[in-house]
Amino acid sequence: MSEFNIDTVENAATTPETELPWAELGLKEDEYHRIVEILGRRPTAAELAMYSVMWSEHCSYKSSKVHLRQFGEKVTDQMTKDLMVGIGENAGVTDLGDGWAVTFKIESHNHPSYVEPYQGAATGIGGIVRDIISMGARPVAVMDPLRFGDIDHPDTKRVLPGVVSGIGGYGNSLGLPNIGGEVVFDSVYQDNPLVNALAVGVMRHQDLRLANASGVGNKVVLFGARTGGDGIGGASVLASESFDDAKPSKRPAVQVGDPFAEKVLIECCLELFGKELVEGIQDLGAAGISCATSELASNGEGGMHVELTNVLLRDPTLTPGEILMSESQERMMAVVTPENVEAFEAVMGKWGVEYSWLGEVTDTGRLIIEWDGETIVDVDPRTVAHDGPVYERPYRRPAWQDELQADRFRSSGAGQNLPATAEELGEAVVELMTSPNMADVSWITDQYDRFVGGNTALSQPDDAGVIRVDEETGLGVALATDCNGRYAYLDPYAGAQLALAEAYRNVATSGAVPMAVSDCLNFGSPEDPEIMWQFAEAVRGLSDACMELGVPVTGGNVSLYNQTAGRAIHPTPVVGVMGRFDDVSRRTPSGYQRWADGQAIYLLGTTADELDGSEFARLRGHLGGTPPRVDLAAEKTLGEILINASRDGMIDAAHDLSEGGLAAALAEMSLRFGVGARVSVQELCERDGLDPFTALFSESQARAVVALPRSEELRFTDMTTARGFPALRIGVVDAESGGLEVTGDFPGGSFGIGLDELKQAWSSVIPSRFGALTEAEIATREQ
Amino acid sequence: MTAADTPLIGDFPSPAEARLDGARIGVVTFPGTLDDRDAARAVRLAGGTAVPLWHADQSLHGVDAVILPGGFSYGDYLRAGAIARFAPVMTTIVSEASAQQAESPLPVLGICNGFQILTEAHLLPGSMIKNDHLKFICKDQVLRVENTATPWTAQFTQDELIAVPMKNQDGQYVVSAAELEQIEAEGRVVFRYVGENPNGSRNHIAGVTNPRGNVVGLMPHPEHAVEAGYGPDDATGMRSGTDGLTIFTSVVGSLAGGK
Repeated sequence: MSEFNIDTVENAATTPETELPWAELGLKEDEYHRIVEILGRRPTAAELAMYSVMWSEHCSYKSSKVHLRQFGEKVTDQMTKDLMVGIGENAGVTDLGDGWAVTFKIESHNHPSYVEPYQGAATGIGGIVRDIISMGARPVAVMDPLRFGDIDHPDTKRVLPGVVSGIGGYGNSLGLPNIGGEVVFDSVYQDNPLVNALAVGVMRHQDLRLANASGVGNKVVLFGARTGGDGIGGASVLASESFDDAKPSKRPAVQVGDPFAEKVLIECCLELFGKELVEGIQDLGAAGISCATSELASNGEGGMHVELTNVLLRDPTLTPGEILMSESQERMMAVVTPENVEAFEAVMGKWGVEYSWLGEVTDTGRLIIEWDGETIVDVDPRTVAHDGPVYERPYRRPAWQDELQADRFRSSGAGQNLPATAEELGEAVVELMTSPNMADVSWITDQYDRFVGGNTALSQPDDAGVIRVDEETGLGVALATDCNGRYAYLDPYAGAQLALAEAYRNVATSGAVPMAVSDCLNFGSPEDPEIMWQFAEAVRGLSDACMELGVPVTGGNVSLYNQTAGRAIHPTPVVGVMGRFDDVSRRTPSGYQRWADGQAIYLLGTTADELDGSEFARLRGHLGGTPPRVDLAAEKTLGEILINASRDGMIDAAHDLSEGGLAAALAEMSLRFGVGARVSVQELCERDGLDPFTALFSESQARAVVALPRSEELRFTDMTTARGFPALRIGVVDAESGGLEVTGDFPGGSFGIGLDELKQAWSSVIPSRFGALTEAEIATREQ
Repeated sequence: MTAADTPLIGDFPSPAEARLDGARIGVVTFPGTLDDRDAARAVRLAGGTAVPLWHADQSLHGVDAVILPGGFSYGDYLRAGAIARFAPVMTTIVSEASAQQAESPLPVLGICNGFQILTEAHLLPGSMIKNDHLKFICKDQVLRVENTATPWTAQFTQDELIAVPMKNQDGQYVVSAAELEQIEAEGRVVFRYVGENPNGSRNHIAGVTNPRGNVVGLMPHPEHAVEAGYGPDDATGMRSGTDGLTIFTSVVGSLAGGK
């Protein structure tokens, strides 16, 4: 049946001199020699294909592994007591109580989304959702942290709409509400947009499934979409090197998604789990069948025998190597006992899902793959899946780091003549809120279904997305993702900690108890020692901070080589935090509702002069100095206050302070439901020794603004006093005014911003670049 | 019902196991259906019994009414609803819903993709094309209820304004000029968009009914506005809107013989 020469193991043993294209497949010379050493002969073409994809940066974490160990090492018993599955599986699993468990993970699909925005982003959702299914969970929501180049750059107009419609087109078709994320514009992401995707799923404890092939004689089945030529080498080629104009187009390396196939696959897998028909399961993502067979085999009894011609193909001309490397989407591999084969086939029949039995589990310790009866792969699966190369890449603090940190905003040219009068301060608030990074993102999020499932209790623009898990009790989860790449650029150690602190704070602000962390570490090339230093520092910072806050990293993803023509992105360790709600009806929204007229507004935390790396500094074109001080003890106390206040029904609105400081928080709280407020910064300036500008625009951490009924003020301030945490009454909700009024000790005494005008300006920033067709365009389309 | 014993979509209990009290309302699952659980929840909250129906099963298992929920049936790669209309379950639904001799033909509600399927099946006039702005849109939408003579709208007051979420890509309702004139003249526009037209639909039409009034289709999603805390925003607060529930209590009430 083969029309090409099959390179069998036998052939490989007798033709040691045959030249193989290991370099084209992305392997380094020493890596190739190591494969020869492991096998005791040259690899066959199929074996070479497997090793090359599995040993790629994307699959093997060869540059990052030595650092990532810290996430597993820096833990306490307290941190792991609720952890049912830790790092290393498809996704970590946390015990939620009442017999429920939750699994969540963030991944990147950065490189494919730059090459082909729609399919790159779509298959990013598809891939992370399959990771969640393969743990035995029903996926219940997705989120998307996105970073694009300059909002006015022509290429952003190519990338952003494609990414957004890809996320919507795929995610909406799966019936998964999109409950939040981030949208950041910065020219450092111009040729390296970051398209990260988070998925969360829930399951009963007994439904937990792991990726291992146990039970000698059990059958191995591949099901879902057919295998095609799309995405061959996608993970290894795309995500493991920088873009370079001189190379041919990478477009064919991007996978193409079929959300309908994925939706059917989700329901079909959940029925398999419910009927207990699979022993082990693994999704096919990067490295396709190579990854699934070698990981399943090495996590189980250590052996598997597969006949590769049984794989159902979209393209019959594919070679064995291509079949092993293909990253065609919407495929799963499972291990099924012989007695369950018939029942398994019945479920496939019901859902109309194609499947083929590839082989069986053995106890030989070898992964044997045959092609029409001839052995083309004979390897120890551990050497493919787990014993890839590990690099201790050299790293060093960049020489320019000191100079960068010495360039403080205050002493720079940009930091002179700062807004000081009522008029200037008011204008600065409007300028801040209409800057691309602070603008309304609903043009984007309105393209995502946030209602499907009927369990969304909070979504964008609130601080965290909140999903009900148990309809009887209201048990649920909150999720937030955050990262300020500017902070991480100024200080990667602190920047990673600040990303965690912000996500933690957002989850607590919604009222949930933070429980677990997933991270997506987006960096430049690990072959550059200065980038490697950023990476090492970020991992060290994040793992230290997780230990201090008592939240374990349960999984995540590393995306390296995010650089083009030698220009790397800011280090961007995106951190997702998952928190638990006893009852999601207690969740706190991020703004005042109309019925909250007259409620007291409190600022929690201490404000210092911290403008380096701030949004205001960005408006003035400055990036230098050191990021705001990390104070994890304060974050923890603030979190406790916000969680207790939510649980005891003391507060009706809460919003964390981050980019844009107090000014942004106050504006966002009023914009949330169009309800105004009157605020004074005078006492704050006196207490913390600040000028009004700093009070409004500093980005000091561990702060939040809350609104509460006057009847709760005493109880609330008693709580903050008992914990020794600063709480200052700064104003009242004013539902009648239709504006945000700020008074203070500055020339003019007060400024007011009309909410209608502010909303108009704030919400038109993104549509004016990407949106609304003109009337003429609509007319043309209707003809 | 706790989520633990919620049947998997498609893995439904046999009708004998279902509760027999109250109206029994079938909720059809096609491959690619997304809002079936939500529709079933809405039926339960309205006091009815939701009976899962499967696309490949011709039997309606004796249900009193049928809901075709939203989603992307069979992926909707060809044209929304174009394949689903040929599903075995649709043969029975079309026949029972359009039975001319029947005193009370089967009440059928199509939501979003369900509406698209009903137009493809010619139970309702018109068709749906891509939104005029060419994007998927998810937002809270105000509708005016203009026909309260159907079993699905009996408990609304004439011209009542309701808020329900809408979310679709192919939601622009189009219909020939002659048919448009006819459905307007016969008062068969059941729901109309209030305020800015969200997708370019003819005459701001959000939902229509057949001449007998038993078949209703609408693009927005009343099943997402049935439970305080998870619906659209309304005057009483965030996500508090439950206007959609009246659609489900209407049919349950109609089937019980009252209003």
